[in-house]
Amino acid sequence: MPSTLFSKVWDAHAVRRLPNGQTQLFVGLHLVHEVTSPQAFDMLRARGWTVRAPDRTFATVDHIVPTADQRRPFADRMAEDMMSALERNCREHGIPLFGPGSGHQGIVHVIGPEQGLTQPGMTIACGDSHTSTHGAFGAIAFGIGTSQVRDVLASQTLALDPLKVRRIRVEGQLAPGVYAKDVILDVIRRLGVKGGVGYAYEYGGSTLAAMSMDERMTICNMSIEGGARVGYVNPDETTFAYLEGRPYAPKGEAFARARAWWASMASDPAARYDDEVVIDAGGIKPTVTWGINPGQALAVDERVPAPEGLHEAERESVREALDFMGFRGGAPIAGTRIDVAFIGSCTNARLSDLREAARIVRGARVRPHVKALVVPGSESVGRAAEAEGLDQVFREAGFEWRAAGCSMCLAMNPDRLEGRQICASSSNRNFKGRQGSPTGRTLLMSPAMVAAAAIAGEVTDVRPILRAKGEQ
Amino acid sequence: MGDGQESEGAERGVGAPRATEPGGVQGAPPIQTMSDRQIVRVAGRGLPLRGDNIDTDRIIPARYLRAITFEGLEAHLFEDDRQAPGHPFANPAYRGASVLLTNANFGCGSSREHAPQAIRRWGIRAVVGQSFSEIFFGNSVALGLPCVTASAEGVGALMDLVERDPAAEIMVDLDGLTVTAAGRAHPIALAPGARDAFLSGQWDATGLLLDRYEEVEAVGRRLPYVRGF
Repeated sequence: MPSTLFSKVWDAHAVRRLPNGQTQLFVGLHLVHEVTSPQAFDMLRARGWTVRAPDRTFATVDHIVPTADQRRPFADRMAEDMMSALERNCREHGIPLFGPGSGHQGIVHVIGPEQGLTQPGMTIACGDSHTSTHGAFGAIAFGIGTSQVRDVLASQTLALDPLKVRRIRVEGQLAPGVYAKDVILDVIRRLGVKGGVGYAYEYGGSTLAAMSMDERMTICNMSIEGGARVGYVNPDETTFAYLEGRPYAPKGEAFARARAWWASMASDPAARYDDEVVIDAGGIKPTVTWGINPGQALAVDERVPAPEGLHEAERESVREALDFMGFRGGAPIAGTRIDVAFIGSCTNARLSDLREAARIVRGARVRPHVKALVVPGSESVGRAAEAEGLDQVFREAGFEWRAAGCSMCLAMNPDRLEGRQICASSSNRNFKGRQGSPTGRTLLMSPAMVAAAAIAGEVTDVRPILRAKGEQ
Repeated sequence: MGDGQESEGAERGVGAPRATEPGGVQGAPPIQTMSDRQIVRVAGRGLPLRGDNIDTDRIIPARYLRAITFEGLEAHLFEDDRQAPGHPFANPAYRGASVLLTNANFGCGSSREHAPQAIRRWGIRAVVGQSFSEIFFGNSVALGLPCVTASAEGVGALMDLVERDPAAEIMVDLDGLTVTAAGRAHPIALAPGARDAFLSGQWDATGLLLDRYEEVEAVGRRLPYVRGF
């Protein structure tokens, strides 16, 4: 019977049906970081258990690493404690750790793919909600909490209920200045922040087929912002070409065999879906959030909604968002003055993101009132960008060029907003207080749009800038 | 506020697990029998927290995740939101509540278990809401914190009741799938797997997952990528 990638992967990894009706699912790759794992290792120790599959477990440090000065011990004692705990736990259990200075450290969702650890047909778990990123390779990848991290460490399995599958077909060509980030913000805007609860999102269509792996990762990354714990793209030639030659990818004849298996795991053409949505890529514009969840987004040439005239249910949430943001209903989002510009995060800190942003800033200057920083997603991304001279482009324009980490996406390190600052951010969440100041405000957008906002000092449409550059 | 005291309401909660704090790291937990861990009914006072899409960054801001244990998290539950006048977690009338009432998509965002940990450590023993984010729901199950859904009308009626009378007793019955307050019963829903886990006391899944490890190894041997292609 024709089936989806989700069903094929699920069936291949199902161990047994548990007495409560849930499925015990084998986890093929477990990624670990410093924030959600120390308690799990302690629980393991307290119960006298060990790590079952240290060879299927890999760790890095990303959330708390300082991006300005990484000398040990870290200036923040709590960050140092977390780093040391991770080092101790990895040493004790024989888990490979990609630490700062190893040349391979970075945001867990950037380094998994970069190392070739993330592969099609796998189940991947990590104590982080943006684990959906790895679905870009045709893996079933999901975020888990600390007790489940303990479960995976101890048993290499999880107790789960299956998901329904919604196919999101995006068709057509994106206009210049419109990126994967705009596509996923548009999807979430349409389907809502809880529209994906109970679903895995399968992204497909000609737009996805034409996208690079970096772009597919941006899309899958934000599935969870639409409520979907899992998002994936069927593996294809683009996927296989990306993987070939990566450190942990199979080599030689094994690669050929792997490739055949990977291809066999893709959804069959006649597979049935629980739901299907079609989106016209040509209609998507550069998109910006105006509110306090990622679904509160609009095209850069639109106006912020006014609570009057909305349904009662919506009115309250729009009012709450407007109050927090200090925006007036009906005002255009373009022209909103920004204080900070952040290019980084597991959503948009890969080499292609930095290249697009650098195109915009080359030869321009960041407005004096804007603090602007670029935080590459990994040490490898940073090195590759430096080899192309992108760091110089950013520095000359007035950006700070930092070391790899999660940084201002969630502000667990010293990079954070102050007071009511407004940040144009290439990250994934605009929740109240997300960027480290309880009253700080976040506008999510593509890296190119963040770069444009840094230069203009305010939210601005990146398309005319690109057109002008093209005419030069 | 956020004193983390065990509530009186929780004392009356049937089977609320009390012998150990989940995730506690004070050495080996005392031996518990299955019946200690069964959660059939939770009864106590309610705490109405209005609003859709309350995310885990609001429940526990990221700056409080800079720690290697869960201890003391309850002191920072809704730390930033609580600064707003009249926030229910800052309202002494609701101190000691054990049933949290929420609207739609509660617990969305980050997978941080710190969120349900902080809620449970504050004294909440069950959450009744319109809907929950999946990861938050799963994390809560693993802590023995039932999150049950009721209709918008049901949740609204409970919130109205508790706002009028904070001392009103709410009874969440996972067996009968009802929530009862002021003599009125509303139907609730709970995923069958989670319900069974609470009723049987097997919400801490690790033991179960380790039960027949040879079957786990067999699946590993069948997977081409585990074998090395």
